[in-house]
Formats: sequence, structure tokens, C-alpha cells
Amino acid sequence: MFGLDKKDTTLLLVVTLLALLAPFILNPFPEASALAQFNAGYPDLMQRFVIYGIFAVGFNLLFGLTGYLSFGHAAFLGVGSYSAVWIFKLLGMNVLPAIAFSIVISGLFALLIGYISLRRSGIYFSILTLAFAQMSFNMAYSVLTPITNGETGLQLTLSDPRILGQQATADGSIPVTNLLPGLEMRQSVQLELGGWLFTFNTGYYLAAFFLLLAFYIAIRIFRSPFGLMLRAVKSNQQRLNYTGIHTRPYTLAAFVISGMYAGLAGGLLASMDPLAGAERMQWTASGEVVIMTILGGAGTLIGPILGAGFIKYFENIFSKINENILHDWFSFLPQGLQDFVVTIVAPFFGEGWSLSMGLMFMAIVIFLPGGLVEGGQRIGQLFRRKPAAGDAASSQTTPAE
Amino acid sequence: MSKSNLTRRGLLKTGAVAGAGLALPTIFDGATWAASHSGFTNAPQGKTVTLGFNVPQSGPYADEGADELRAYKLAVEHLNGQGDGGMLNTFSSKALDGTGILGKKVEFVTGDTQTKSDAARASAKSMIEKDGAIMITGGSSSGVAVAVQGLCQEAGVIFMAGLTHSNDTTGKDKKANGFRHFFDAYMSAAALAPVLANKYGKDRKFYMLTADYTWGWTQAASMKEFMEKEGWSMVADVKTPLASTDFSSYLAPVLSSGADVLILNHYGGNMVNSLTNAVQFGMRDKMVNGKQFEVVVPLISELMAKGAGANIKGILGSSNWNWKLQDEGTKAFVKSFGTKYGFPPSQAAQTCYVQTLLYADAAQRAGSFNPCAIVPALEGFKFDGLGNGPTLYRADDHQCFKDVLVVQGNETPENEYDLLNVAEVTPVEKVMYKPDNKFFAGGNLGQCNSGA
Repeated sequence: MFGLDKKDTTLLLVVTLLALLAPFILNPFPEASALAQFNAGYPDLMQRFVIYGIFAVGFNLLFGLTGYLSFGHAAFLGVGSYSAVWIFKLLGMNVLPAIAFSIVISGLFALLIGYISLRRSGIYFSILTLAFAQMSFNMAYSVLTPITNGETGLQLTLSDPRILGQQATADGSIPVTNLLPGLEMRQSVQLELGGWLFTFNTGYYLAAFFLLLAFYIAIRIFRSPFGLMLRAVKSNQQRLNYTGIHTRPYTLAAFVISGMYAGLAGGLLASMDPLAGAERMQWTASGEVVIMTILGGAGTLIGPILGAGFIKYFENIFSKINENILHDWFSFLPQGLQDFVVTIVAPFFGEGWSLSMGLMFMAIVIFLPGGLVEGGQRIGQLFRRKPAAGDAASSQTTPAE
Repeated sequence: MSKSNLTRRGLLKTGAVAGAGLALPTIFDGATWAASHSGFTNAPQGKTVTLGFNVPQSGPYADEGADELRAYKLAVEHLNGQGDGGMLNTFSSKALDGTGILGKKVEFVTGDTQTKSDAARASAKSMIEKDGAIMITGGSSSGVAVAVQGLCQEAGVIFMAGLTHSNDTTGKDKKANGFRHFFDAYMSAAALAPVLANKYGKDRKFYMLTADYTWGWTQAASMKEFMEKEGWSMVADVKTPLASTDFSSYLAPVLSSGADVLILNHYGGNMVNSLTNAVQFGMRDKMVNGKQFEVVVPLISELMAKGAGANIKGILGSSNWNWKLQDEGTKAFVKSFGTKYGFPPSQAAQTCYVQTLLYADAAQRAGSFNPCAIVPALEGFKFDGLGNGPTLYRADDHQCFKDVLVVQGNETPENEYDLLNVAEVTPVEKVMYKPDNKFFAGGNLGQCNSGA
């Protein structure tokens, strides 16, 4: 289907189902139950899952295929967000022009940075991109305050022109982002089934649509001659050069495409919540997407999406588990022992979520170098009976020994 | 290798299928946010009501955030009838009776704003969408307060601002669902300027370092306006990034600029660092233009004084509240806070505690948690007994008007908490302004939004 072979079609269908049914999948526990705090099926987090999924898929197009490790990808995300918010301020609250503009601007920005940075490879390339991203961050934070509103963050105001839309709603407040007039990003429909409550949000489904589109394009790139050339760059760039192939146009194209993906993610973030802050461009945000990709499985198609979901889930759900909740969990223990256990466990929850995240990242990198995807494959192999020798070799991503 | 039969028709088909999938769940004409229950966002179901406490637990204002959280927990205890009741006993409105709000037990969720607008909004959103918070309160930075206030307006919940001192919070960014008890930069400048002119003389040149975001900007503009009225002249106003931890490079040019007063429009960890740097430069012992060089910090808190240590001695500034005030409300609050935590509360703690009580009282008086019932209950509300004397919640901009304290770093502290002295209490009339004052014009409250 759509020019994909059977395996890729299945993969696309799986992602489509996951995206469409996410409100059900992410809310497995009834509202009133104690486990409801592990539910992730609320609009804001679902939107983040798919938006950061897009970001990571785009990053993987560069890192997974060419092996060029960009440490400044958050800059494109930030540029995308700023562009989108400016469209909301100047043109109107429709998200489509804003998203289109953010993709274009991020693409141009990526062209500029890529043109300079791709003159070097390896660690020098990473450092160059990191330097550019930090430069963008600092500029957004201070020098470019008229454009970015600095520390306060770029926000909509009542006095914005919005020449194609309304400047203010009838009751004098700032209009909200919409897809069509009347179809607002924040609109949700709720479905109550027994004790369960499922929320379907317009903004989420728009983002999910873009994720599927982005994923489809990523598959096509992976399977194309262009994708093959990028893999060749990763495995041995020198050999390519010796055979007379100029690799830089290919890597630059990959870098720009990847930057446009990040711009799309940034534009979507701003469409869901029209605010852009400089911290979106900080190096920690760039590091996060690297971790997402490696955690999920660099160079695999679905890995980055899984990694993004994994990290965002931790960041939003795990960080909410404070000491009171821990005391509830261990309330079956006698008082003294309970306090002791909570004291031991507490640093790993709540504000310490990044600590447990780090430990888990280390474990995955050490024991599953192929990320979550490799984990899935290993589990799959446990249940598969005696795989044919050739089949196992082709489906695995582990390096040849 | 690849099957690149990407045709126009194939693409159209993909688009149509994906479009149908996208449209299917949203085709029902839906209510917004979680308003499906009883006419407004997150209407409390069952026997409890959930409040969202969104405070910085990391970043330059983390100390303030921790103290705010302590105050919120204390307020929840008092509302639920535990502890000694604190300021509920001195509050002029007697609607609250220690059985929660409208008979529902008060519960809370907390979030970390990280002193970043983005993170604060994400955290507030998850409290509204996931935890069902009916009111969001907190924030130790005006950038965050403005961002979260806008979000609450859209979502249809009440926002009770915590520590936010920018003119914009109840000025050009004011919102119908947002309320601020804390004072603002204009009031600080109006209260401080006459005292400074009196103490340091009329003919002074001042140099300002300003935190580079909405609070710093409005604070600097207000100080400039009022100091120039007193005959002082400004040499320079230099913006510093909020994330800076070392200010030496910003301070180096000050002494050679000819200025004889340094005004630090910094707060929290920023101010602790910049003041410490200034003292290390020996600025406070210098004579410039034949006058003693002076440092002024327009907004001072106890936590900053504690961080700055001996450097704070003699420094003039303003505060919303101080634990050494001798009214009944303050005494009751300091007593119950001290009993629970072992030290006196900061002004951040006081404003957050009071905001929680004011919200609960408004809901109780209105007989409903509906934001559009609570807004009129707070608008124009006059109260007393919460530590600041008689106070008015003005209807035009949802700002509280009350006396402002001019404070000075204590030269001879008796203990580690005895850091600030109240130098003067500026009566509310002196700091009052019209809602369309040039520092506040351009905003619009809009209509209250209940999310229905």
C-alpha cells in the first residue's frame, strides 16, 4: 500500500492504530481507582507524545541514517515555535499557515547551519551544532528580545494585528488557535464508559495526523536510493569519496529535512499552546531528543517514537509521584519501616524522576544497544519457535560479529 | 530497492483516509476541556475539591517556591479544620468554618514551574486536564504568572497569583479569571522614592541593573519615573539575564559611570548574587561625587536577606508583608507557621496563604465553585485581618490595594530570622493609581470564563 512493501505497511498500520486509539490505550485505569495517576490519556500529554515523536523521527533521519550526531536540534524546534507564534500574532489564529511557515523558516535556518557545520564530521560537527544552538538560545534570550520577548516568552496580546483573523473575540479576550473557524485546537469530546473517561482532543488528532504523515515520509526516505546513500555515508564516507561521490549534498539534504521535521514539531507545539520560550532551544532540549532516539533505537523506524513517548511519560507522570503518594503505597508497612522505605525510594520519584530516567537509560544502552526496539525483538524471538536461520539474521539490527 | 510508485492518486487516497480518521472522533459537537459535568471546567465531583499549587521547585526562585508550598499546605490544613486555624480566626469574613470549602474536603496537587513559562504552562495544564484542579495558584516569577494566568483564562479555572510583582500581571496582561494579592512594581516605587530622597538627598545619580523579563522591565520603568520626580537622574539601565549567577561584569562599569546609587532590580537568587558581588567590589564603602555610594533593592524578601547574609545590612527596599508586624492576623499566621515548620514565614508564604483563603472564602460566599460566581464574589471585596490591614480587591483590574512596607536590612539582628526592619508603612492612598495609569493601560479583563 502507498508504495510500501508488506512489512512497512504493517508498521504504518500499527502506528496509525496506536495514534488513533491513543486516548483508550493511554487511559487503562478507571478514573476513581488509585492507579489513575498512571493514566496518560489527557490532551496535553498526548499532544506531547506525538509532537516529540515527530521531532525524534526527524532527528533519526539525520542521526540514524547518516550517523551525524547533531547536538543542536532544539534550535530548529525553537525557531519553528517562534515562527508559528509570529504568524498567530500577525496573520490570524488558523494553525495551517503557522505550521507551514514554521517548517519553511526552520528549513532555511537548517540550510544555513548545515551548510557551515557539515564541513566537518564526527565530534567537530556535534560541537559546531551545539555551538550554533547555544548561540541561538542566548540570542533569543537577550539580543533578539524584540522578536522573542526574551525570558518572558513570546505570547499573544490583545494589540496584535492579526490582519486575516479577528483581533479579539466578542467578549474582549484573545482568540484561540483553530483549524477551521469553530474547530478549536483545545476542543475535546469526552466519552464515559463505566468508570473510564476517555478524552478526544482536536489538537491531538491534528498532531497525530502530522505524525503519520511524517512517519510515512520517513519510511519512504529510509527505503529510497537517497536513504541508501545516506546509509553509505554512515558506514564509510571515505570510500564514497574515493569512488568519486560528493557526499555533502546528501548530508545537507538530510540535515535540512531533519530541521524541517523539528520545525513542524515546533509549529505544532505553538499551535497547541501559543507561547514560545527560549528554553525550548536550550542544550538540554537538544540532548533530550538524542536520548529519545537512542533509547528507542537509532536507525530504526519506530524506535524514536517509542523513545519520545517513554521520556515524556516519565517526565510528566513519574515526576508527579510525591512523598504523600509513596506513603500511601507503603502504608501496609509498620510506621517506622514505612518511613524508612519512603526515604530510600523518594529520591527516585517526584523531582528525582531524571535520576531514575538516567539509570534506566544506562541500563538500556548497556544491555540493549539497539534500544527498546531491540528489546521488543528479543522478546519476540523468545516466543517464536526455531526461527529460520536466514530470517533471524535479516530481522536483527545487532552488528555482525 | 525501493518501490517509488508515489502517484497523485495514491497520495490523494492517503490524504482522504487519514482525513476521515482525523475527523471521525471530532465530528461530535463537543464541549471544551472537561466541562461535560456540571456547566464549568472541573466541577468537583464527590466529597473533595482539588486545588493546584504550581510553584518553582528548581531555578533561581526555588527558595521562594519551597516557602510558598509550605504556606499552601498550612492553608489546606486550616481550611480542613486541622491545626490552630491560623488567620481564619482573624479574617474579617466568617464564611469559612473549617469544614473544607462548601462542605468538600480540600485536596491539592503540586507542580514545578522551573521558573520557565513553558514548563509552568505544561505543569498547570496537566493539573487542569489530568488532576481536575479547580483553581491554580502560585508562581514566583511574573513571566510565569502572566503565562499561567492566560492559560487559566482559556481553560476556565481561577488563577490566584502568588508572588508576582510586575505591573503587567494586573496591567496590560490582566485577565478576568486572574487575581493578585501581592503588590506591584508601581507601588514599590511610589512608596520607596520619597524615603530614598529623604535619606540620600535630592541630587543623586543612579545606575540600574535589571532582570531581563517582564517584572524587571516594569520595575525599572517605575523606579525611573518616581526617582526622576524626586530630582534624581538615571545614568544607565542595564538588563541582565535571569539565569546569570555572576554579575561582576555588569558591576564593573558602575563605579566609573559617575553614578552614586546602584539600584538592583533583581529578585531571589539573582539579587543575592548581585548584591554580594557589589559588596565584594567594595561599593558600599566608596565615596562618589562627594557622597556615600548607596545600594538599593526595590523588592526585598526575608529569604533574599537570609541568602545575602551580612551584606543586606542597611539596604533599603520594599515588601508586601513582614513577619514582625504586630497586627492580630500576622501574629496568628506567624504562630501557626512557626509551630509547624520551626521558623517564621516569608512574604511569599503570606501572599500564597492569603490567596488560598480568599479563594476558599469567595467560593463559600458565592455558594459555588463556578469561576463566574467566584469572580463577582472577589471583585470589590473588602477584607481585613489577613496581615496587611484593610485591603480592597479592586474590580477594575483584580489587584489588591493595601499599605506598602518600606524595609531596611537590620544592622543588629538578634537572631537568624531578624533580618529586616520595617522602616516605614506607606499608607495605601499614597500608592493608589487609576486603572488606566500609563504603566497599566492597554489590557482588558474580558469576560470570566467557566469553560462551559
